[in-house]
Amino acid sequence: MLSYLLRRLGLAAITIWAITLVTFVIIQLPPGDFVDAYVAQASAMGTAISAEEAHALRLLYGLDQPLWVQYVKWLGLVAHGEFGQSFEYGRPVSEVIGDRIWLTVALSLGSILVTWGLALPIGIYSAVRQYSFGDYLFTFIGFVGLAVPSFLLALIIMYVGFRYFGMNVGGLFSSEQALAPWSWAKLWDLMGHLPLPILVLSLPGIAQLVRIMRANLLDELRKPYVVTARARGLAERRVILKYPVRAALNPFASTIGYLLPFTVSGSIIVSVVLSLPTVGPLLLRSLISQDMLLGSTIILLLGILTVIGTLLSDFLLMWIDPRIRHGQH
Amino acid sequence: MAEPLKVEPILSVRDLRTHFFASEGVVRAVDGTSFDLEPGRTLGIVGESGCGKSVTARSILRIVDQPGRIVGGEILLRQAGGQVVDLVTLPVDGKAMRSIRGGEIGLVFQEPMSSLSAYHTIGNQLIEAIRLHSGLSKQAARARAIELLALVGIPRPDQRVDSYSFELSGGLRQRVMVALALAAEPRILIADEPTTALDVTTQAQILELLRRLQQERGLAVILITHDMGVIAEMADDVVVMYLGHEVEKGPVDTIFHAPSHPYTRALLRSIPNVLAKPRERLATIAGSIPHPYARPPGCPFHPRCPEAMPGVCDKGFPEETQIADRHAVACFLYGRETA
Amino acid sequence: MSDATLPFVTEAENRVAVATQRQLIWWRFRRHKLAMVSGVIVVLFYLVAIFADFLAYAAPFETQASRSYIPPQGIHFFTPDGSLEPYVYAMKGKRDPKTFKLAYVPDPSTIRPVRLFAHGYAYNFLGLIPTDRHLLGVDGGKPEEVLFLLGTDQLGRDLFSRLVLATRTSLTIGLVGVSLSLMLGVLLGGISGLYGGWVDTVIQRVIEILRSVPTIPLWMGLAAAVPASWPPQKVYFAITIIISLIGWTELARVVRGRFLALREEDFITAAELCGASRLRIIFRHMVPSFLSHIIAAISLALPAMIISETTLSFLGLGLRPPAISWGVLLQDAQNLQTLGLAPWLLVAAVPVIVVILAFNFLGDGLRDAADPYG
Repeated sequence: MLSYLLRRLGLAAITIWAITLVTFVIIQLPPGDFVDAYVAQASAMGTAISAEEAHALRLLYGLDQPLWVQYVKWLGLVAHGEFGQSFEYGRPVSEVIGDRIWLTVALSLGSILVTWGLALPIGIYSAVRQYSFGDYLFTFIGFVGLAVPSFLLALIIMYVGFRYFGMNVGGLFSSEQALAPWSWAKLWDLMGHLPLPILVLSLPGIAQLVRIMRANLLDELRKPYVVTARARGLAERRVILKYPVRAALNPFASTIGYLLPFTVSGSIIVSVVLSLPTVGPLLLRSLISQDMLLGSTIILLLGILTVIGTLLSDFLLMWIDPRIRHGQH
Repeated sequence: MAEPLKVEPILSVRDLRTHFFASEGVVRAVDGTSFDLEPGRTLGIVGESGCGKSVTARSILRIVDQPGRIVGGEILLRQAGGQVVDLVTLPVDGKAMRSIRGGEIGLVFQEPMSSLSAYHTIGNQLIEAIRLHSGLSKQAARARAIELLALVGIPRPDQRVDSYSFELSGGLRQRVMVALALAAEPRILIADEPTTALDVTTQAQILELLRRLQQERGLAVILITHDMGVIAEMADDVVVMYLGHEVEKGPVDTIFHAPSHPYTRALLRSIPNVLAKPRERLATIAGSIPHPYARPPGCPFHPRCPEAMPGVCDKGFPEETQIADRHAVACFLYGRETA
Repeated sequence: MSDATLPFVTEAENRVAVATQRQLIWWRFRRHKLAMVSGVIVVLFYLVAIFADFLAYAAPFETQASRSYIPPQGIHFFTPDGSLEPYVYAMKGKRDPKTFKLAYVPDPSTIRPVRLFAHGYAYNFLGLIPTDRHLLGVDGGKPEEVLFLLGTDQLGRDLFSRLVLATRTSLTIGLVGVSLSLMLGVLLGGISGLYGGWVDTVIQRVIEILRSVPTIPLWMGLAAAVPASWPPQKVYFAITIIISLIGWTELARVVRGRFLALREEDFITAAELCGASRLRIIFRHMVPSFLSHIIAAISLALPAMIISETTLSFLGLGLRPPAISWGVLLQDAQNLQTLGLAPWLLVAAVPVIVVILAFNFLGDGLRDAADPYG
């Protein structure tokens, strides 16, 4: 059990290191740096920036030094929670990101809870009542959830909301609360706006998990231990909920390992379409304007939070699976 | 039955028919089986795989899987109070049937590896079964579980009760299965191929355990197996099944010393014999079991039968004929065709 | 056992006993009606991709500001006297009396007959034969001016023709992406499954790391790195490589799993004991028995690739105009104002959804059929 724990922790550490490296490299890939983009933007606006000024900017942001120096410098700052300055906003990256990262976390966690909360009972129902009308209905909805890319689903829902219900379904706050400081009223406002994005975001995950749960439970229902449990005189409902569902729960629970990155990924796109104040639109913008520190910080934070989430889910899995707990795995 | 029996049977199966309705056709897994189980005796049901032995056992407990269904016959259980109830008429998931499952009839299944949940301790499963039929408190049920584990010969039962099934060997698991089947002190134990998946030494131990328990508790046992050796060792009475039909039944000595049906004779010939001469070929039954959707017409065994009579055996279905006291055969060599 | 001893083996069983692996898979696959239909749909989509220029009737880049946002116009099949003679109304510029904006509206007084195999813009059929024949066209005038089956976009370009051409881009990018993924996946998965040991461990850990990272931000980063100055072809290949970098882990997992499972199979041991060479075992025994799994995995990986491309292009990080793909077309439908004005721009969502569904059903059917004895 301890070795399992240590292995997971080690893997998480390597993953986080890989994320820091890859994200930094990614942002370095495009030819030209922020200053080039800044100069181009300024000249497009009609103000020229001289070569000296550009050079001074490069010195200021350390862009003249070798890449690995920039990386190490950045890594050192990150370790202290200092993410540096955003070129584009001229403010600290942490300030620019602000609440947005927590809204992303809230959105993703909410979606995962909804995904599990709905996928579990639907999957059980579909397996136990195989080939019933409900099973076919959920299978159909599931396929739609799989086939419609999340941005398209968001787009269609937004259009339907606008066209037939005359409402703007975008955003997470109503206009009067968007800029207000946090208060109970603002939180309540958020709660009112969350369900729709959460539904859009969780539908593909629900579709996948229902399929997994249904297939696993169908396998388990054919196992001899179900027959013996029945032969002991247990009521059918109890037989199914206590034994095969319990066994099918395991592969189901282990899906969180990729459900989390999947949901976080989806939240970026859904946020862009529904203009949610999460890190999604900010990331897109920073990438387009090559705002290096801002973009890499967002990717890094998302990556680290995902890895931590996955780690927690692994521990959860360990807790519910006696075979891992007893070192059989 | 032509002659009245001296002892009232505890379980009588009358003309049981369990069919499976698949999209490819109907499989008549059990197609008119009758037998009696007497208290304190062991009834062996023997036959090749696919002959309907296990489906018979599941039919008795009413746990036949979809798309299987009991389409006819009676399963008469004489309850402790003496009243007789036909299990076929009870609602499948009703209270009465559930109290019989495990309560009056225990089942030991052929797969000790997968017959226990890997996610619950064996104590958890035992205590559940005990409390379900007795209403004991948790502590009392736990004590009873440990007692049961000791009864079936599990060493250190007070520790084993908290083990998971994957921590036990195959033989120990099968002992746990026996303990589970006995949790509510049933009067009938159905053992469906209880030793098939075990190695020879463990097989002998489990059979010894079953015999001991039967003697100590006066259990009536239905032992389902394909192994004539196990039958010879354990059974008092024998039912030989072929393709969902019983072809011969009688006391174990009669079956072994005066087998009448050609199928029974063929089965007995196929037992390896230690007294055989070196390099003597082991007799096998010609051909293989027909496809379930393509049952031969007439007597189901006639295509493989060395004594088949053309024009008779492939035409009609042989009626069961009483050829001696408690000894019946369904074969044209002994009787006439059914209407 | 010879057939002589089995008088009651049915005809069907006999066929099963002697059928080749391929026949068995085909028989099982045929039982999945939905997968069969989906297979036909997928084939149709690829036919559209091959003959896209022929099916399109309007030059995809011909812009005309005055024809902006024309709603879809149907073809009239019967003339008022009841004879079958398809025609469309010509479009007439009309100035809005309030806004003074010029808008094109159908003009019932002028009828333009619709013709098959008519002349239109010039292109190379299958990229080889120069021609100007298209499936549809009109008599007397350019089809760009009167035929608007799915309406036009802001720049007055015909949506139907662009959609047909986008199908080519989006479907081929999926194919190329999958081929690259497959090469990576089979290579790494095969090495992992065949050699085992520390090689396997390292590759598995890399896959695990890749799978535990949110991919979309990563590809957004990679895609953003593609310089804006690159020509469309170069962007196309860069995007293909990026999306195939994501897809290979799943294929590698399948290949490794099959290798590991097959290594333990009795028939492989039997072949080894018969003295078959390693190469013969791999190509004669192992590959045929997991080829079907690979095909199934591919048909499930393809829709993921298509979604990736569409998503990236939609965000403005993938293919960019003048390239035409489903994602590029959907980018036009991004904001509510445009959608309110021209809801038909959402039509590009239809082929995306249909093709992804079809691939999923097809892949499911293939996966089920891939285990013919299972």
